[in-house]
Amino acid sequence: MIKNILKASGLVVIGLLYTIPLYVLATMSVKASSLGTSLWAPPTALYLTNFRNAWTSAHLSRALVNNALITAISLVLIVFVGSLASYPLARRQTKLNGFVSALLVSCMVVPPLAVLVPLYKFIVDIHGMNTYWAIILILVTFQLPLCVYLYTNFIKTIPRELDEAARIDGCNSATLFFRIVFPLLKPITSSIVILCGILIWNDYQFSVFFLQKKDVQTIAVSLSQFVSQYQNDINLVAAGCLIGIFPMTAVYLGLQKYFIKGLADGAVKG
Amino acid sequence: MHSRNSRPGRPGSRIKKLKASVAAGSVNVMYLPALAFVSVFIFYPFFRGIYISFTNWNGYSSSFRFVGFEQYLTMFGDKNVLNTIVNTFIYGLGSTFFQTVFGLALALFLDGNRRIKSVVRTVVYLPVIISPLIMGYIWYFFFRYNGGAVNDILALFAKEPVDWFANGRRSVWIIMLVNSYQFVGVSMVMFLAGLQSIPPSYHEAAVIDGASPFKRFRFVTVPLLVPAFASSVIFNTIGGMKLFDVIVATTDGGPGYASQSLSTMMYDLYFSKQNAGYAAALGILMFAIIVILSVMLLEFFKRKRVDL
Repeated sequence: MIKNILKASGLVVIGLLYTIPLYVLATMSVKASSLGTSLWAPPTALYLTNFRNAWTSAHLSRALVNNALITAISLVLIVFVGSLASYPLARRQTKLNGFVSALLVSCMVVPPLAVLVPLYKFIVDIHGMNTYWAIILILVTFQLPLCVYLYTNFIKTIPRELDEAARIDGCNSATLFFRIVFPLLKPITSSIVILCGILIWNDYQFSVFFLQKKDVQTIAVSLSQFVSQYQNDINLVAAGCLIGIFPMTAVYLGLQKYFIKGLADGAVKG
Repeated sequence: MHSRNSRPGRPGSRIKKLKASVAAGSVNVMYLPALAFVSVFIFYPFFRGIYISFTNWNGYSSSFRFVGFEQYLTMFGDKNVLNTIVNTFIYGLGSTFFQTVFGLALALFLDGNRRIKSVVRTVVYLPVIISPLIMGYIWYFFFRYNGGAVNDILALFAKEPVDWFANGRRSVWIIMLVNSYQFVGVSMVMFLAGLQSIPPSYHEAAVIDGASPFKRFRFVTVPLLVPAFASSVIFNTIGGMKLFDVIVATTDGGPGYASQSLSTMMYDLYFSKQNAGYAAALGILMFAIIVILSVMLLEFFKRKRVDL
């Protein structure tokens, strides 16, 4: 009995710990002003103008489109380039392939900002500043090592006999990969899409350098400028933050089963 | 003509050889795109970074000179750099400690099929998908001096408000805790997956042998969770040492340089102080620290591994 009460209160405490920050954010965002009241106090009236103002002054409609565009194209490239590379690496374990595989996977530990200075200079030189393609190529590159690692491990679990049967039936390498192997990778592909999707959608450390013009900025970059501009109006800022976390939260709550599986795949085998 | 082409060293024969090895599968075109990506955007910048670190380049001018190891020598005598390295270790190892301990505790507590447990798991995991920058802003609202949520609570007990981010060391700890809070769900999921991979028969056998719950945890659960411990420690150490977004959102490295990580310091040196050579050298140092630490951790866990 006492044990059950302790367990139940444990659940409540953990639940509260993880909902309180969102509660405070939400109450702040619907108040006209925080002056003289506690952030904890529930709102007396709903002041929704904050959302409209934040939406327009942080250029969030544009940012949302940019975010969606950059994330979608990056994910297509990651899945395509990553699965294509992993197939021979998993199937033909020659010395050279072992080396290539180690080379690709070891990039996982390279801290992105450690190469910031030369990378920035390089992007300026190739006229990639404030372009979609440059940020997409960079984001894809830094997700590829994990992606290759996960795909290689997954392909190793698919029986080789399948490839041989397809070869006998007259498949060439390309049809074998795209028609037979790639469809079998669906479970790990969905995990990779989720894992890399979160990281790319929320990226700030690259976007803040390479997307300096308003019309190419993503939510994180737009919001950071908006926050420093309006830091005295914290209610307005809170509304902006709430809009900023909304899309990902909605997707997460809708697809949480896949999210947790995706992370477990990426993590335990990692 | 034919005989000439087949002589070794001739371009024609090299292409033939290459074609033959492609056909035999020893060189495979399928991974060339991936290699091209990492070569252009990781390897090339990395080597160019080493080159820049031996110069006094300011980041935009076309003239600079070689200074040898000067940037590296300055770095080791620079108090701000030393403090930043300490901070980076606190961010990396501190977060790892909290995430691993609490991640395991949460996994043990929330493992099971009850509806309420799955709801709490969903909530604990939620911050993982939120932008770390926005998470930083949310906690900034809590620790603000004027009208911050934490000081509101202190006021209830008639306590003086505290300027939480005025003290450098305290800021570092708050940022580390925010990062741990946000990503503890990652470790939790790793441990949950690990727990579910332990066959129930192992525990049943231990019960028959008369093992107490603690002994079962220590001698059955923990050894079989080594892969999960390895993932949690390595993932969180690397993640914590790269920390950037949360620092930008809360203190922006301040007061002064007190809460900088190597990432934010590099950013500051390059873009605000126009000291690209120094920033590049710092990047190489950061790379070395993370690689050495990762290799040590991988070796450590390789030895501890028990196979089912």
